[in-house]
Amino acid sequence: MSNHPKRITIFCGHYGSGKTNIAVNFALHLRQAHQKVSILDLDIVNPYFRTKDSQKELDAAGVELICSDYAGSNLDIPALPAAMQRPIADHNTFCVLDIGGDDQGAVALGRFADQIKAEGNYDMLFVANFFRPLTKTPQEAFAVLREIEAACHLPFTGIVNNSNIGDETAVEDILASGEKARRLSELSGLPLVMTSVREDLANAKALADENVFPLHLQEKLI
Amino acid sequence: MSEKVLMKGNEAIAEAAILAGCRHYFGYPITPQTEIAAYMAKKMPKIGGCFLQAESEIAAINMVYGVAGAGKRVMTSSSSPGISLKSEGLSYLAGSDLPALVVNVQRGGPGLGGIQPSQSDYFQATKGGGHGDYKMIVLAPSSVQEMASLTVKGFDLADKYRMTAMILADGTTGQMMEPVNLSEVEVQHYDKPWAVTGTKMQREHNIVNSLFLEPEELEKNNFARFERYKTIEENEVMVEEYLMDDAELCVVAFGIAARVSKNAINEARKKGIKVGLIRPITLWPFPKKALLAAAEHVKQFISVELNMGQMVEDIELATRCKRPVTLCNRVGGMIPSPAQVLAAIEEADKGGQA
Repeated sequence: MSNHPKRITIFCGHYGSGKTNIAVNFALHLRQAHQKVSILDLDIVNPYFRTKDSQKELDAAGVELICSDYAGSNLDIPALPAAMQRPIADHNTFCVLDIGGDDQGAVALGRFADQIKAEGNYDMLFVANFFRPLTKTPQEAFAVLREIEAACHLPFTGIVNNSNIGDETAVEDILASGEKARRLSELSGLPLVMTSVREDLANAKALADENVFPLHLQEKLI
Repeated sequence: MSEKVLMKGNEAIAEAAILAGCRHYFGYPITPQTEIAAYMAKKMPKIGGCFLQAESEIAAINMVYGVAGAGKRVMTSSSSPGISLKSEGLSYLAGSDLPALVVNVQRGGPGLGGIQPSQSDYFQATKGGGHGDYKMIVLAPSSVQEMASLTVKGFDLADKYRMTAMILADGTTGQMMEPVNLSEVEVQHYDKPWAVTGTKMQREHNIVNSLFLEPEELEKNNFARFERYKTIEENEVMVEEYLMDDAELCVVAFGIAARVSKNAINEARKKGIKVGLIRPITLWPFPKKALLAAAEHVKQFISVELNMGQMVEDIELATRCKRPVTLCNRVGGMIPSPAQVLAAIEEADKGGQA
């Protein structure tokens, strides 16, 4: 990952591609070098498994979490809190935006698109997991990428390869997915920015050339 | 590269249904099962299938009735309040002896309740829900892999016995993601000579109907249907027994509650407590024999449920109240923690009825 992150980093992708875990890890990573870091949960699609599940970790690290007042509650309502505007407008705060899956989820980002474009200091990264059934090929992933751009009115700037099959992910699986990620990079003309890997696999020698970003996964209760 | 894919439980149901030959899906969105409809909406048009978002759950279940009558594999899915709406249709499907697969990814109730996971539709699924004397085959998956395998099994059983099979899942199993191998799917095929497919003037016409003008005729049909149910109770029970051989305590749990319970049982075993698990995979037919056999050697049953103890009654009936049955539960969208289940096991081990 670049040592000079943009002020706003946005994670978008197919639903279930791993955006939330990456966004939380990335925010914690940013906080090591920067005082003011906020993570914004713009997910209006997914009812369970939210950024809010990492609240304790984020609080402890001094990362501000802004999410729907109803996240984790019984209210199924696609509402975003007004407080999100503050860190997006404050040019001294690093923002990490966790966007809901697919084009439906990306709609929520559109509300900030003009502002983000005008400032011109953002990265929008497409999170790809080639083990997901509807994005098994670079072509399928590319179609989702274009749908998301159309829905949120922001162009992507890079790709994150987050290919995994949960607990059963092996180093070979990640290596094999690299080829698809590079093909997606060719198709889209976007750079492959990093390969996010579960932390216990991150130091594998075979992945030395893959620009690995280690992930500490959200705790599973079941 | 591994053959597995990483799927949400809801996606696994949708993909497995397609693999099982289902080309007709009718539904209406409701959290936490909407991914099933979303997946069908994406995939069905690509494979020549029919995805249709109906104007209501009631419309959707009646579309299911139509396709089932024509002898095709058909599915609808919903979550608790939506299943209540479909219940009239479920009774009509039963009265007409039509095979269909209905998915309930349960959420908290009663009423509008909430969107978080629950198992409080156990009674509704296993005792009827709709009116009249009827049963549904009720399958309770506890992993994403089982969401897929039991969906296929559900279609097969529905066709085999000409009745509705229900996948009784919960919000967590629907939303969580796990590796799934879909290459293991094996699909059975059953002839449907009763289907209304057009006579081509070459046979007597078939009738699909739940109305009988003569009470004797209706009675005959009810008796015949319950003979079939008896066969199912004898032949189609599915149950997992875990560490039961030497068990002195027996946890009974299905679906997501069984996963939590397994963790608690493993912890209890480390402490030297002889506890095992009976996990009904079919909630109807209920694994009565396994429970009755366990009653011979365990001193207490602990039912772990995400409801107010609906399965407790079936355990008591199956074991003829030979041993006490206690309840360990959370409701309203909450899930019991492994620590809570462990505490209930420890309490039972001390001889107290937790």
